[in-house]
Amino acid sequence: MARRLLKLTVNGRDREDAVDDHALLVDHLRGIGLTGVKQGCDAGECGACTVLVDGEPRLACITLAASVEGQRVETIESLAQNGRMSRLQAAFHEKLGTQCGFCTPGMIMSAEALLRRHAQPSEREIRAALGGNVCRCTGYVKIVESVQCACAAAAGA
Amino acid sequence: MDTMCAFELKRPTNVAEASALLAKPNARVIAGGTDLVPNLRRGLDAPATLVDITGIAALTALDLDRAPRVIGAGATLAHLAGDPRIGDEYPALAQAAAEVAAPAHRNAGTLGGNLCLDTRCVFYNQSEWWRASNGYCLKRRGDTCHVAPHGKRCHAAFSGDVAPALIVLGAEVEIASVDGMRRLPLAALYRDDGAKHLALAPGELIVAVHVPPAATGSHSAYGKARVRGSVDFPLAGVAMAVAFDGARIARLDVALTGTNSNALSLAGTETLVGRAADDATLAALGNLVAKQVSPMRTTVTASNYRRRVASVLVQRLLRNLAAEHATD
Ligand SMILES: Cc1cc2nc3c(=O)[nH]c(=O)nc-3n(C[C@H](O)[C@H](O)[C@H](O)COP(=O)(O)OP(=O)(O)OC[C@H]3O[C@@H](n4cnc5c(N)ncnc54)[C@H](O)[C@@H]3O)c2cc1C
Ligand code: SF4
Ligand code: FES
Ligand code: FES
Repeated sequence: MARRLLKLTVNGRDREDAVDDHALLVDHLRGIGLTGVKQGCDAGECGACTVLVDGEPRLACITLAASVEGQRVETIESLAQNGRMSRLQAAFHEKLGTQCGFCTPGMIMSAEALLRRHAQPSEREIRAALGGNVCRCTGYVKIVESVQCACAAAAGA
Repeated sequence: MDTMCAFELKRPTNVAEASALLAKPNARVIAGGTDLVPNLRRGLDAPATLVDITGIAALTALDLDRAPRVIGAGATLAHLAGDPRIGDEYPALAQAAAEVAAPAHRNAGTLGGNLCLDTRCVFYNQSEWWRASNGYCLKRRGDTCHVAPHGKRCHAAFSGDVAPALIVLGAEVEIASVDGMRRLPLAALYRDDGAKHLALAPGELIVAVHVPPAATGSHSAYGKARVRGSVDFPLAGVAMAVAFDGARIARLDVALTGTNSNALSLAGTETLVGRAADDATLAALGNLVAKQVSPMRTTVTASNYRRRVASVLVQRLLRNLAAEHATD
């Protein structure tokens, strides 16, 4: 079976791992302990596995690990600093944007990419950015409010 | 979902190297992987080698300053949807790219991958055991089509959003292989056969799309019906390019996706030239579409709905573009 050494910057740290050529990014990340990357549909349809590659949301379950060689990968684990939740994480917690929590890492990573580009998005822009993230619990209203709350907190800070 | 088949992954850095790798038996192109990876995970192919073209910088280049404009096949859909130069000159192209799937798919998905998207069917886009327990089907490993059991062909629907937009804009594709380069009008890339819908020989790679400059005063747009507005393949998608002479249609091109096994160029639009975009013209155009599309039971949504919605979409586009022209 073809294998290779894969260099990635994962959550700010450079690392090199031996992976199968056909390894999926989701399996690689979970395999190195980043289990915040969720497997929902495992078919590119739900967004639970969303991570950032060079700052842009990508679906780890339909991305070959070797295809992002040399790039920066960020997962939900990168957001909390010194044990403190990021603004988005705290907003999801306070505004009940998370219920069972399975979609939450993907939701937050999609929202994170949006807010880096656009500090004060409209509700429409928030809904468009989260368009590929499916939630079976919240009905989305609380999720949109959570993102808005994080923007308000940022504007007030 | 099933796990991934094993293959060797190659990451060439130029087209010549990619072509040499693709000339080997059982090698296949992978770009963004957003169509191919789910299909491989469902056991819909088992290539020995995948040639990842995302490391070829030349394929992502756009040259919009010369005629024809050249758009690299590796450009992402997010790029095409977000580049204001594309939105200004080719609204249909920007709109179609923006309507593909959801943001994360568009960040990875490429123009070439979208044009070469596999055809889709409820009996095909299923796991290996689902298809096995159904006796497979004509498109892969089986001998009957569950959609049209008496026929001899596959009716899986071509469902890429971008092809119809580029067809009405008059695009050509530039294709590379170990034998050299060739060019093909985009419409000729497609065949109305769901099991062999692309006129590409094994080992061929689309490297770029050439689009003539949009004529001054021409208008274009793309419209699509899907189950969820946020993410879904088209049940029907319609692209239109139109030019007016005063209030009368001077030129009209329409192409469709989601309804046939090819990206369909609508025939007979020249019969509407010289007419105003009034109710009678809209109805005649709607009829042309309803007669030429042939949606089959390849989606959960009824095929008759897809026929009717295609006919509604085309009328809506012409009405909107006529209004846009009137305010120019
Ligand atoms: C949930 C979901 C929803 C989707 N919704 C839509 C939608 O609404 N509309 C839509 O159009 N698509 C949709 N897609 C499909 C896909 O995301 C896009 O079509 C995308 O543009 C495919 O591009 P890619 O680069 O990822 O292709 P890949 O998956 O890399 O390749 C697709 C096919 O094209 C071939 N190929 C790729 N590049 C080339 C090339 N340069 N030359 C020759 N062959 C090539 C590959 O071998 C493969 O057969 C959806 C996918 C998912 C998972
Ligand atoms: S149209 Fe028929 S042959 Fe084609 S994928 Fe569907 S069931 Fe199979
Ligand atoms: S797990 Fe990746 S999109 Fe659902
Ligand atoms: S909180 Fe349960 S799926 Fe979204």
